[in-house]
Amino acid sequence: MILPFVILCFVFSYLPLWGWRYAFFEYQPGLGLSMDHFVGFKWFRYLFENAATRADIIRVIKNTLVMSALGIGTSFLPMAFAIFLNEIRASKFRKLVQTFTTIPNFISWVLVYTFAFALFSSEGFVNSVLIDLGVISQGTNFLMSGEHIWLKMWAWGTWKGLGWSAIIYIAGISGIDQQLYEAATVDGAGRFQRMRHVTVPGLIPTFSVLLLLSIASILSNGMDQYFVFKNSANKDTIEVLDLYVYTLGLGSGGSGNIPLATVVGMLKSLISVALLMGANKISKLIRGESIV
Amino acid sequence: MNTKKRKSKGLTNKKRIYKLTKGDITFNIINYLFFTLFTIICIFPFYYLLINTISDNELVRTGQIKWLPKGIHFRNYISLMNVNNLGSSILVSVARTVLGTAVMVGATAFIGYLVTKQEMWGRRFIYRFFVITMYFNAGLIPWYLNMSMLGLTNNFWAYIIPGIVAPYNIILVKTYIESIPADLEESASIDGAGYLVRFRHIIWPLSKPILATIAIFGAVGHWNSFTDSMILMSGKPELYTLQYRLYIYMNSTSNLSALMNSGGNVSQAVIESTLNMRSLKLTVAMVTIIPILLVYPFMQRYFEKGIMMGAVKG
Repeated sequence: MILPFVILCFVFSYLPLWGWRYAFFEYQPGLGLSMDHFVGFKWFRYLFENAATRADIIRVIKNTLVMSALGIGTSFLPMAFAIFLNEIRASKFRKLVQTFTTIPNFISWVLVYTFAFALFSSEGFVNSVLIDLGVISQGTNFLMSGEHIWLKMWAWGTWKGLGWSAIIYIAGISGIDQQLYEAATVDGAGRFQRMRHVTVPGLIPTFSVLLLLSIASILSNGMDQYFVFKNSANKDTIEVLDLYVYTLGLGSGGSGNIPLATVVGMLKSLISVALLMGANKISKLIRGESIV
Repeated sequence: MNTKKRKSKGLTNKKRIYKLTKGDITFNIINYLFFTLFTIICIFPFYYLLINTISDNELVRTGQIKWLPKGIHFRNYISLMNVNNLGSSILVSVARTVLGTAVMVGATAFIGYLVTKQEMWGRRFIYRFFVITMYFNAGLIPWYLNMSMLGLTNNFWAYIIPGIVAPYNIILVKTYIESIPADLEESASIDGAGYLVRFRHIIWPLSKPILATIAIFGAVGHWNSFTDSMILMSGKPELYTLQYRLYIYMNSTSNLSALMNSGGNVSQAVIESTLNMRSLKLTVAMVTIIPILLVYPFMQRYFEKGIMMGAVKG
């Protein structure tokens, strides 16, 4: 009875691996693959020998790593969010905060971009307010600026995800044994000491698992966010690996370089799997538990 | 009432032991301020979008609606009916969300049930076979070539079929079903009920909470996706999802009349006088958000459960 599902899973998750063979051929859309077009590792060499492609790859990897690093470097924020929210005594207020800060997680990146457009374009909210305050006299389109793209992308990601990512820690806090707090209180721990010595250690296991997973996916930022925010002014600093693969292979209306894009994607997949296995090993060594 | 009293008494007790120091008070003020501010930042864009779709369009075009709506009207939403292709995109989005979610939930429940059956041949292997796909990925281009080889480009079923087997959801459902007492199934089995009957009458009703959880997350995922539209449907614009349609409008440099339906009983001039590009973009965005906002209160109950169960992988 399970066979149809096994086949489905095979067709959509395993069969694409067969598409890796395109990396070794001279491929033109519309033409089939035959051994006449077999070129071996030509595209792998091309990737490193062609100056323009090499420059592109270095730029794209830099963007990818910087933006991932910003995310990883601030991955303590959801935990801090949960801990500080837990310090608020008014439960109605707490509930309210949680409700509203989680909503952004459920809208698509296209809609996030629409918000960015509504707020930051020439006629947008920010410009109108700045004009009212007399700071500027003419609205400018902030979205068409290529400056601080890494930080802006990080900010949008945080806006969208902070409240949501905090939920796992909020649940974690409610799972901490209340007796620990009482014991700490009896021992004379104040509020901040309880946060520091009871709450934080209680959440560190969750935090370290998520941290390891995010390090393992350091090359995969996804393409949605960067795709919708991309424009002529910021295209050099916004392009991450996933988006680069898309643009290289499919983005130019049928004239893309399918084999080269396959090579890049293939190397990315292999490195990601290696990173994940590495993270898993580390987790086993430190915590004695695997994460995958 | 009673519990409230006790709670506040507990608070004063604490206060007596530990005086609210100056540091405490400063911390509280900063804490409340921070959360108030962040909450406002999270919801203000939604509010701003709303007031800009119901205000006087000329004021909207020049960016004069900031805090409160002015000249409230709802004609923008009516004018959307004359925008080309919007109707078909809404239909596609609704269809893929409803159908895609239903099929995924049904399949996931069934697979989740089957992989708990010890007597099934190769059970562990099959379960691994599903789950391991979460951790590797052939990449975008091979995926695209594969879809095109299967004839799933420019084809509505491309939205539905690949999503039927959802490994993460299988883990959630399997874990949940394992927590259902085995006695229930056993007694039914003694009474002569086969797998399908037991699945239908015991497992399915008892797993409703987890099925609701995956249904909600699945539906949101379907509703929000747009890159599959862009990559797979390039030859069939009538199959674009609403999200991708919105993306196209957002990046459209053409004027309004190019997007509007010239036929029908509404003249071009009337349309132009009631709508402009900025209003159009924001109104379409609002239409795209509304379904999410409608199901959101209902979804909230399932967040924590879903997340915490995901943390316990089996």
